[in-house]
Amino acid sequence: MARTASPRAAEDPAGLGRARAAGIAAPALLVVLAFLVFPALWTLYLGTTNYRLTGFAARHPHSVGLDNYTNVVKDPAFHHSLWLTFEYVVGSAVLGQALLGFAIAWLLREAAGWLKRLIEALVLLAWILPSSVVAFLWSALLDRDQGTFNALAHTQGTAWVVEHPMAVIIVFNIWRGTAFSMLLYSAALTGVPPTQLATARMFGANQWQQLRDVVFPHIRGHILTNLLLISLWTFNDFTPYQLTGGADTRSQILPVYIYQTALFDGQMGLGAAIALLMLVINLVVALVYLRLLRERRGERTA
Amino acid sequence: MRDTSAAAAAASDPGAVVRKIGRYTFLSVLLGFFALPMLWLASAPFNAHPTLNVSISSFTLHNFSVLLKDPYALPSLWNSLLLAGGTALLTVGFAAAAAYALSRVRVPGRNGILYALLLLSSIVTGTAAMVPLFQLAFKLHLIDSRLGVILVFTGGLLPAAIFILKDFTDNTPKSYEESARVFGASPFQIIRHIVLPMIRPGLATVTVWAVVNVWGNFLIPYILVRNPDKYPASVVLYTFYTEGGQPNLDLISAFSLLYSIPVIVLYLFVSHRYGFRFHGGIKR
Amino acid sequence: MARIRTVDLTKTFTDASGGVTALDALNLTVQDGEFFALLGPSGCGKTTLLRTLAGLETPTSGAVHIGDADVTHTAPGKRGVAMVFQDYALFPHMTVTENIAYPLRVRGVSKAEQRQAVLAAASELGLTGTDTTVGLLDRRPGALSGGQQQRVALARATAANPTVFLFDEPLSNLDARLRLEARTFLKRLQRELATTTVFVTHDQAEALALADRIAVMQSGRIRQLGTPREVFRRPANTFVASFIGSTPMNLLEGTVRDGRVLVADSEIALPDGTAGAVADGAPVVLGARPEYFRVSSDPLPGAFGGTVAVAENLGSSLLLTLDVAGTAVQAVVGEEEEPEPGARLWALPRQDRTLLYADGELVG
Ligand SMILES: Nc1ncnc2c1ncn2[C@@H]1O[C@H](COP(=O)(O)OP(=O)(O)O)[C@@H](O)[C@H]1O
Ligand SMILES: [Mg+2]
Repeated sequence: MARTASPRAAEDPAGLGRARAAGIAAPALLVVLAFLVFPALWTLYLGTTNYRLTGFAARHPHSVGLDNYTNVVKDPAFHHSLWLTFEYVVGSAVLGQALLGFAIAWLLREAAGWLKRLIEALVLLAWILPSSVVAFLWSALLDRDQGTFNALAHTQGTAWVVEHPMAVIIVFNIWRGTAFSMLLYSAALTGVPPTQLATARMFGANQWQQLRDVVFPHIRGHILTNLLLISLWTFNDFTPYQLTGGADTRSQILPVYIYQTALFDGQMGLGAAIALLMLVINLVVALVYLRLLRERRGERTA
Repeated sequence: MRDTSAAAAAASDPGAVVRKIGRYTFLSVLLGFFALPMLWLASAPFNAHPTLNVSISSFTLHNFSVLLKDPYALPSLWNSLLLAGGTALLTVGFAAAAAYALSRVRVPGRNGILYALLLLSSIVTGTAAMVPLFQLAFKLHLIDSRLGVILVFTGGLLPAAIFILKDFTDNTPKSYEESARVFGASPFQIIRHIVLPMIRPGLATVTVWAVVNVWGNFLIPYILVRNPDKYPASVVLYTFYTEGGQPNLDLISAFSLLYSIPVIVLYLFVSHRYGFRFHGGIKR
Repeated sequence: MARIRTVDLTKTFTDASGGVTALDALNLTVQDGEFFALLGPSGCGKTTLLRTLAGLETPTSGAVHIGDADVTHTAPGKRGVAMVFQDYALFPHMTVTENIAYPLRVRGVSKAEQRQAVLAAASELGLTGTDTTVGLLDRRPGALSGGQQQRVALARATAANPTVFLFDEPLSNLDARLRLEARTFLKRLQRELATTTVFVTHDQAEALALADRIAVMQSGRIRQLGTPREVFRRPANTFVASFIGSTPMNLLEGTVRDGRVLVADSEIALPDGTAGAVADGAPVVLGARPEYFRVSSDPLPGAFGGTVAVAENLGSSLLLTLDVAGTAVQAVVGEEEEPEPGARLWALPRQDRTLLYADGELVG
C-alpha cells in the first residue's frame, strides 16, 4: 500500500541478462534444492518404507506402501500429540504472543526513556538468547525446591514442569517469542497515520474505538502475516524438548513426537510419515492464511 | 512519556488516572515476567555454590576457572563461532546474489516460487525434515562435518534471507544502476559499486539474523554431529553433569553466561547502531 | 560530429493490460551542438525517447544514429552519452567527489587524473570556491540542497566528457525561484560546452527559454518541430496551440463567412494570409493569444463584446475572462487598467497574430 508513484522503469537496469542472472542465482538455488526441497520430497518416499535407524531394516528397507500412514492416522498417540500441538500453537502463539506483542507495541508506542528501552531489551533478549540457555533459565526458575518462582509465589514443593508440562511450555513460548510480534506490530503502528487517530480522538472515540476503527483496518495485513509466521514457527518448535524432555507424553507436541519416534525409537519410516502429515497440516494452515490475505487484497482493490 | 497536556488532562479526569495506573501496573508485571527468568543468568555464574535459586551469597569467579579447564567448553564456543560465521557468510553471499537477480531480471512466477520456498523453509527447518536431513547428511558423508551443518543451516535460512534482501533491492530505485550503466559500468561493477553498498543495512540485518539463528540452534547439530570435539555450545551445555548424574550447576551457569555474551553484545551493537526494528523487511 | 538521428523509431510496451505505443515511428534529427527540447504532457513518451537514445530501452523497431554510427544495438556505456535523471540518481553512499569521478573510475582512469577532472567539472559548475560551498566536495548527496544536488549531477555528466547530454526534466525537482536560476545557468553551461543536448520537459516556458529547437510530442508522435519563436507564434495545430503559452491561447469554434469568422456572436476578421484558404461555411477554430488583444470600454468594430466575469492579477498585467455571448474569451490588459467584474468591454484581436485552424491543423 505504501507503493510510491514511481514510473515503471525497465527491467534489468544493470544489463545483467538472463544468463548471468541465472548464474548468480544458481548457488542459492542449488543449496536450497539440495538441503530444503530434496529433504521435503524425500520425506514423501521415506514415509512409505519401514526404514529403521539400526538393525536389518536399516540396510534393507523395503516398501510398506501406505501402512505407515494408515498406522499413524489410526494411532491415538498421534491424535493426542496433534491435539497438544493445537493447544500449544493457539495458546502460545495465536493468543499469547500475538496479543501480548500487540499490547506492548501499543502501550510503548508513545513512551520514551528508560522504561521503553528496558522492556524492549528484555523482550528481545528472551527472543535471541540461545534456546539451550533459556531452557536452563526456565528449569532454574521453575525448580521444585530451589526455584525462584516457588519462592516468590509461596508454592514450594510444586514441580511445575512435571505437574503442568503443557502450561509450562505455553507460558515459556509466550516469553520466548513475543518479541517478533512486538517488533512487527511496532513497525505496523508507525504506518497508521497520526492524523487519522487524531481525527478519531477529536470525535470522541475511546481507546477501543480508535483501535477498532482506525488501527486494525490499517494493520490487518500485518496481523495476518504475523499470525501465519508465528503459527508455523510454533508448530515446528523443538525447544520444549529442552525443557520437558521427550518422554512425557503429556507435553509431547508433534516435533517432539517425531523426534521420539524416528531418532529415539529408531523408526525412521514411521517418523517420516508423521513428518509428512505435519507438512501437509502446515501447508493447509499457510494456505488458509494466504487465502485470508488475498481476500483482504481483493476487498481493497474492489 | 506523554506530553504535559496529557498529564494535565489526567489530573482533571479520574478515568484517565485509572487508565494510567492500569497501564503502569501492566508494564510492571510485564517487566517482572520478562526479567525474572534472566536473573539466574546474572547471579548463578558468580555464586560459589550455585543452586537453582537466585542469590549471590558469596561472589566468586571460580566457576569460570573450572570452565576453562573443561576440554569441551571453550572449543565448543569456537565451534559455534565457525558454524555461525560460515553460515552467515554463505547465506548472505548467496542470498544477495539471488535476491538481486530475482529483483531485477524478470523470471516468470518468481514471487510464487519465493513464497513457496519461504513456507517450505519455515516448515522444514523445524523438525519435519529431520529424518531425511539426517539421511542426506549420512549419504553425503556429512555427519560430523562442519560443512554439512553449515549447508543444512544455509539451505534453511536462504529463502527468508532472499526474501528480505529482495525487499531491500526492490525498494532501491533503478535509476542508480541505470545511471552507472550509461557511464559505462559493467554489470558486475554496478553490483559491486552501487548495489551492494546500497543494500548494506539489509546485509547487516541478514547477517545478524543468521548468526543468532545458528548460534542458538540445538536440533540440527544435535542430530548431525556425533563427535564431542565438534559439538557447538548449544549441545555442550547438555553435557555438564556431575558423577551423580545431576546437572553440574557450577559449569552450566558459568557456561550459559559465556555462551550468551556474544548474543547480548550483538544485540547491544545492533540496537545502538541501527535501532533494533523492522524496516521494510516485512511485507504485508 | 555528434548529430543524433532517429529513423522510424518505435517503442511498444506490452503488459497484462495490453500494449502502449510510447514512440510511434519517430523521425528526428538533432544537429551537432544544438540545445534540443522534447516538450509534451506527462505520458507522451519523452522519457522513453530519451532512454532509447541512451540505450536503456531497446526500440521495438527503427534505428538510432549518434554521429556517424548506428548505435541501435550498442550498449549504453559505449554511446558516448551522459544522462541526468529526473531524480539525479546521485549515489547516496558516495561523496560528491566520488560521484563526479565515477564515470572516470569506471574507465580505469588514474586517481590523479580523476581528481583533476573532478576539480575542473566542479569549478565549471560553481561547486568550488565560494564560502558557502567549502567542504561541499566531501559531503554525501543527502547533505546537499536540491539545487546543489542538481549541479553535482550536471558536474558528473560533464566529467564523463560525452558527445551528447541527455537531460530528463532536470529542473522539475527544484522550487520555482531556484528553477529560474538553474535555467539560466544551464543555458550558459550548454553554450560554453557546445555539446549536443536533448532536454526533456513538460514545462513549455522552460522549453521556450532554453532550446534552440523544440519538438512538441503527443502520444508518441511529434506534433510540431521548430524554433521557440515558430512554435509560439504559429502553433501547427490546436494541440500545440493549447499547450504552448503561459496563459493558454483562446481557441474559439466558428464558421467562415464572407472573409470573416463568425464566432461567439461576433464577426472577426480572418487572420492575415488566410483569405480564400477555407471555403465559406466551413467549421474552423480561431486562435488568439490573450496577450494580443486591444481592450476598450468603447465599442470597437470587429471585436468581441462581453462582460468581465473574472479578473486575475498577474503582477505586471491583468488576465480578464470575458463572457462573450456565453463563450469565455481571455485577454490580457496592462496593470493600469482596473475593470470591475460585470463591466462591458470590447476586445479586438490583432489580425497579424490570430490563427485559423481547420480540422485541427493550421491554415495558411
Ligand atoms: N516500463 C514500462 N512498461 C510499460 N509501460 C511503460 C513503461 N515505461 C513507460 N511506459 C508507458 O509509455 C508511455 C510513455 O511514458 P514516458 O516516456 O515515461 O512519458 P513521459 O516521460 O513523457 O511522461 C506512458 O503511457 C507510460 O505508461
Ligand atoms: Mg518522464
